[in-house]
Order: sequence, then C-alpha cells, then structure tokens
Amino acid sequence: MSQKVFATKFENVCAVLEKYGNDPHRLVAILQEIQDAYSYLPEDIMAYVATALRVTPGAVYGVATFYSHFTLQPKGKYVIRVCDGTACHVKKASEIISVIEKELGLNEKKKTSDDLLFTLEIVACLGACGLAPVVMVNEEVHGSMNAEKTAELIKKLREEEGRNG
Amino acid sequence: MATVTVDRVAVNIEDERNLLELIRKVGIDLPTFCYHSEISVYGACRMCMVEVEGRGVLPACSTKPEPGMVVSTHTEKIRNMRRMIIELTLASHDCRCTTCPKSGECRLQAVANQLGVREVRFKQMGAETEKDYSSEAVVRDPGKCILCGDCVRVCGELQSVGALDFTGRGARSAVVTCFNKGLGEIECVNCGQCVKVCPVGALTPKYHASKVWEAIYDKSKTVVVQIAPAVRVALGEFFGEKPGTLTIGKTVTALRRMGFDRVYDTCLGADFTVVEEGREFLARREKGENLPMFTSCCPAWVKFAEQYYPDLLGNLSTCRSPMQMFSALCKDRLAAELGIKREDIVIVAVMPCTAKKFEARRPEFAEGGNPDTDFVLTTGELAVMLRESGIELANMELGSYDAPFGVYTGSAVIFGASGGVSEAVLRFASNELQKGSPVEFSQVRGQQGVKKAQAQFGDVTLNLAVVSGLANARALIDRIRSGEEHYDIVEVMACAGGCVNGGGQPITLDRLAAAHRACGLYDNDKMLQFHISADNPCLQQTYREHLDEHKIHRLLHTKYENRKRIIQDDFVLGDKKPAEAKLSLSICFGTSCYLRGAQQLYNGVLAYLRSKGLEEATEFSANFCGEHCKKGPVLTVNGKLLENCTVEMAVSEIEKTALA
Repeated sequence: MSQKVFATKFENVCAVLEKYGNDPHRLVAILQEIQDAYSYLPEDIMAYVATALRVTPGAVYGVATFYSHFTLQPKGKYVIRVCDGTACHVKKASEIISVIEKELGLNEKKKTSDDLLFTLEIVACLGACGLAPVVMVNEEVHGSMNAEKTAELIKKLREEEGRNG
Repeated sequence: MATVTVDRVAVNIEDERNLLELIRKVGIDLPTFCYHSEISVYGACRMCMVEVEGRGVLPACSTKPEPGMVVSTHTEKIRNMRRMIIELTLASHDCRCTTCPKSGECRLQAVANQLGVREVRFKQMGAETEKDYSSEAVVRDPGKCILCGDCVRVCGELQSVGALDFTGRGARSAVVTCFNKGLGEIECVNCGQCVKVCPVGALTPKYHASKVWEAIYDKSKTVVVQIAPAVRVALGEFFGEKPGTLTIGKTVTALRRMGFDRVYDTCLGADFTVVEEGREFLARREKGENLPMFTSCCPAWVKFAEQYYPDLLGNLSTCRSPMQMFSALCKDRLAAELGIKREDIVIVAVMPCTAKKFEARRPEFAEGGNPDTDFVLTTGELAVMLRESGIELANMELGSYDAPFGVYTGSAVIFGASGGVSEAVLRFASNELQKGSPVEFSQVRGQQGVKKAQAQFGDVTLNLAVVSGLANARALIDRIRSGEEHYDIVEVMACAGGCVNGGGQPITLDRLAAAHRACGLYDNDKMLQFHISADNPCLQQTYREHLDEHKIHRLLHTKYENRKRIIQDDFVLGDKKPAEAKLSLSICFGTSCYLRGAQQLYNGVLAYLRSKGLEEATEFSANFCGEHCKKGPVLTVNGKLLENCTVEMAVSEIEKTALA
C-alpha cells in the first residue's frame, strides 16, 4: 500500500475524537473535521475512528462513501471546483473542464495531479449562477470563466508554487 | 375480533407484526427478497407492495395491520409495478444463470418465474465485476448482488460482526466489505449465515468439489470421508425429503459408490471432544481456574473470540473441534496401520458449515505442511457431487461404516444442535461424578438463542449457558464480565440453533427447518446403543492402545492466538520518515490496546518527545493489532516490546536505549 506517509500527525484524529466525546452519533461531524485536518479520509484513520467509536469499520466506510463531500483519495493543494450546474453547463463549463484535464493530465478516473498540487472536482451547483460559468480554487471564486482564462489561472498558480517552493 | 380485508376476504388480526405475515396467513404468496422474520424489516426490495384503500401503495412487510384495512394484493397497478421492479433488477443483475452456484435455488430466478417474466424491456447494465476469492469459506460475486441488504443485517444484527455494509449512494450503491478489502482480509468469521439469506448467487460457499474428485481419481491416494452430525438430517432435503429425515445409511452407500475408500463419521471425533472437554472441565473446576469454560467446537466462534475477546482465550477449551480431532487421529492411525505415508491419505470432511473450510486451513492443524483435514465439503456441495455422479439418494441401500472409526454414541450425534455439546458434557460429567444419573438433560434443548440451565450432581451444582448466534454470545459475555451472571460452562455456536442451521446447510424458507433437523438428531440419539461418550468402545480402545499424554496433547488439543480484525499495513505517524531516525517507536492501536489506553500513551509519549526536542529524530509508526492484546497497551521502542506500557515505562526505555 502506498499510504505510508501522512501529511499531518496522528494526534489530529485523537483531538477530534476527544472533542466529540467519542460519540458514534457524531460520526459525520468527526469525519468532516478529520478530512479538514488530513485533506482526505485515510483508511487507517477510519479504522481507528471505528475502534474509538465502537462501530464496525464497514459502517464508517459506508458513511464515508455515501457523502460525495468525503474523499478517500489524497487531494491536491489546490482543489479546483468547476460548476456544471444548469446555468454553467449551458455557458460551456465542459470546455473549462477539458482544458483543466488537458493541462493537468487528469481524466474521469484520475482526479488529482501527480505532483499532488491540483485536484479537479466537478460539482452540481455552487450557488453563483449569475457569475456562470464559475470555477472555485479552494475558497476563492472565479466568475465568468472561459477556457483561456482557466489556462491562465492554472499557469498563475503554478508560477506561485514555483516561487514559494 | 379486529379484521383486515385481504382481496375481499376478511382476516382476523392475531399477533402478526406486519401485513405480509397476515397476507401469507390467507395463503397468498407475496414475493419478497428482503423480508426475514428473524432480522429487522428493511423494505428495500419493494416486491411485497400492496394497495391499501385510502392509503395508496405500501410495502406489506413494513406496514402494521390495522382494523378495517382493505388490502388488495394484485391490482393492475401492483402487477405492473412488480413486473417493472423485477425487470429492472434483472437488467442490473448478472443473468448468466446456468453457471451460477445458486441456480435452481435462486430467489430472483424463482420470483421472475413466479411472475412469468419472459422479457426484460431494459438494456442490460452493469460492468463485468470481479469475484472475491480471498476468503477460505465464502465467495463474493458483486455482479449478482441485488442490494436487498439481507447479508448486511444478518451479519450485523444476528452475529454482531458487521463484515458487510452498504457503500455509495443511489445507482452507485453496493454491498461491500470495509475499505473494499477481500472477505478473507477482514473480520468476517466465515459462519456463512449471509450465504443462507442471500437470495441470489452473490454470496456462496467456496467450492472444493473439483479437488475432491481429483483426489478420488488419484489411485495413489487413500481418500477418507467423515460426515458431521448435522449433515445426516439435512442432506435428504436436496432429494425431496423433509427437514430432519435421517439419511445416514443411504449416504454411506452413496459415498462408497462415489469412490471414497473409507467412510467414517465425525461423531467419533465428537466423542473424543466430549471426553477431553469433560476432563478439562473437571480439572479446571478442581483448580478453580479459567472458568467459565467456553466450548471450542465452532470455528466461527473461535475466530470471533480471537478477534474480540483476547482476554477470554484462556477460558476457551483447548480441545480441537470434532472434525480436527478426527482428522488428526485418523491420519496418525491409518498411516501406521496401512503402512502408507501421511501425504497419501486425503481426508474429506462433509460439514454443515462454511467456517470449517477456514478452520481446516489454520496453520496449526497441519504437520509438515500437510493439513490434517484436506478438504471440507458443505452439505450442499455433497448434494451437487451426488447429483453429478447420477446417484439418487432415495434408491440407495443402507450401508454401514468402515472399521475402526465408524462407532459413535448418541452424545456425539446431538452435537449438531445447539445445546448438544453441553448435554453431552453433562452426561459425561454426571457419569463421572455420580454413576447412574439420568442421561437426558432436556433443559439445554430447543431453538432459543440463550438457554440457561442448572444441573445437580449430589452436592455439586453446575451452571450452564447455551448460546447460539454471535450477537447473543456478545451480550452474554458482557453480562458475565460485569458480574451479573456466573456460569461454569458456556456453549457457543455461531449459527442460530447450532450446526443444523449452519452456513453450509440447504437453503430453505421453512422457518422450522432447523428445529426439525435438531429433532431428527435427538431421535437418532435414542436409536443408538450408547449415550455417553466415554462408553464408546472404539474410543476406549484408542485411548488404551494408541494414545499417551503426549499424543493426546498433540492430536486432540490446540491453542489460540489474538487475531487482527483487518489486515492492514503499519503506517508512519510523522510528517515524513526521518532519514536517520535514532529512535523508532511503534504503537498498537488495535481495539484491545485502545480500550487499555493506547491513545493516552500516544499523547503522553508525544508530549515527552516534544519537550526533549526529539520529535524530528523519531520515527513513530502505528499498527492495528500486533496480536499481543492481552498485554496491551503495547509500545515497541527500537525493537523492544513493552507490554502493559505506561508513559513512564516508555520514557524510561527511551532514555535507557535510545539516548544512552
């Protein structure tokens, strides 16, 4: 398995469990905080949560896979959310998706770039139809996008990374 | 009396829990996949939909009968709906029926046929899925699954294991194991109760039939077959007999015709189990240690205990199961008597059980890589092999067993029913403690999940608990641990009602089948010459001429190990693996260690490392069970294992070894 190295330390999960008093009824909230801390839900952490909450690992896995908010794969530093809701879709969100997939070497199955910098998520509606088509990078909203602007945005993020790294 | 009108007929409401039970009382066979009276109502398959006047279309299984209800079970709307559902189900089901192990017993096949579905209007969906062969006992074929959730509920509710659960949502829903691992890599105890409720071929026993044929055809092998008690009252069901019909005489002849060289009975092994377990119990009682004694015949229960109750493993009887006792004895004696190599004897065990397939592969039940039991066939598999040979069981003459391992007592036969082992041990104990006691202990008989009994021998009182169903076992153990209840002997069988209801037995909708089979065993007991295991002449002779202390220990007893629930790799807790770690720590986060305070230990050690500025130079990893559960929490410091570890112990060891 390739899950040998973690981004954050194990004490995160301990802190989250303590905060919620090991209450199995708070499983969703616990998983949310764990995902915030680790950027995804690692298998071993889920197994540990199951142990601590005294539920089966299968039940934790069931909840984690039920909600599309949870991800079981590590996410990139920049999560790019492209809206493909009705308004964005008619304004050609699909062109934006293609350009991102091409630039980052992603496809329907592969959602995160090899350098763990970018993750592409296609979402149903971001609730900003007036700005369609909309792209979000982490918490930042970019409205009235098109293919060129999107390519430019990725280039900018990469340059920034280059400077910082 | 309050009534409901079903299809224009007034029906009295008695104690029916739902409309489905009431409708079935009128003789209307509403189809359903997901309704089983012994597990919770789920209402997933929507086959039992009925129209209730004023309330519309409702699932009968999850609607309570109310006085004055007017119910119709086959209106035009319902008929169309039912056909639509079955067609949609078929469209997403792998319909290659002819090669499916469930073919002929499949509920989906039966219901589609019952409804006269001759065409599916929808495009066949579903990609090719891979079968999961990782378990020794059960094969999972996700392409066949129709998402009724029966296995999920049986595993969670009746067995309290929860090895299977739903994942995903909507069209992507699936029943999977945790983290999509193989069934053989997780906490599944192999009981096969999921196999019994699965309406389709998504969960089936792992078949060994081809390998058994190979052995039979191999002229250099002496192929021995042993038959478990519960098989003799169930095999007949595949050939038109009622549950509980004893077919052992005919089966012996059939097995010989199939080509087995020696036909023996697991019951002899059971007699040995009774004597060994009885002696073990009396010895423990004398010393007052490791009580209550738990039985160890059921391999699903043994794995369950190894996973969840590491601290109770000392209370398990060290006796091997009857199957394993028989195989070990048989290989040992036959090899000597026939002057052949152990490897040239092949032992095939016919069992009512899927977990026996796993048990046979446990490494401790082998000598020099050669397993004591070579193959395990379920009752169902034997039926398939008999059919394949063209043998009609009903037409067989009665046959008798081969010498010397064909002699057994009534005590052994009743092993197949919940309470049987206890009764057999009681008979043995009563004979030892007080000659001439009654040989029937009917208080431990019956189909209830938990039976409590007291037996009085002179001034000795024994308290017994008999449980079947692992959720019942878990609840009972909790009560024993909390001091609420005290017992001398606890019998545990994983399947409700015992082996007669095992995962390898015929699949039937007859709720009384297990009870009838148990009845068949008790009747058989009455017919036999001996009722107390110690009276078995073959057993007496074997003890006299073949067994010494050392051999008894080697062939008839075993030991248990703590077992991980899930097979996972260790993982590194730090940001990165330090290139030159001078300190390497590994902590166990398994269930037992967690309950014993592993998290506090972790936090304490981490705080210490920080205070000393050692964080960067430490490689801190964790595992999910290093299988030292009884001595948790466990921490390893530079390869040295610290049991019952405290923060102080850890700090002192770190200072001693790593910082010196």
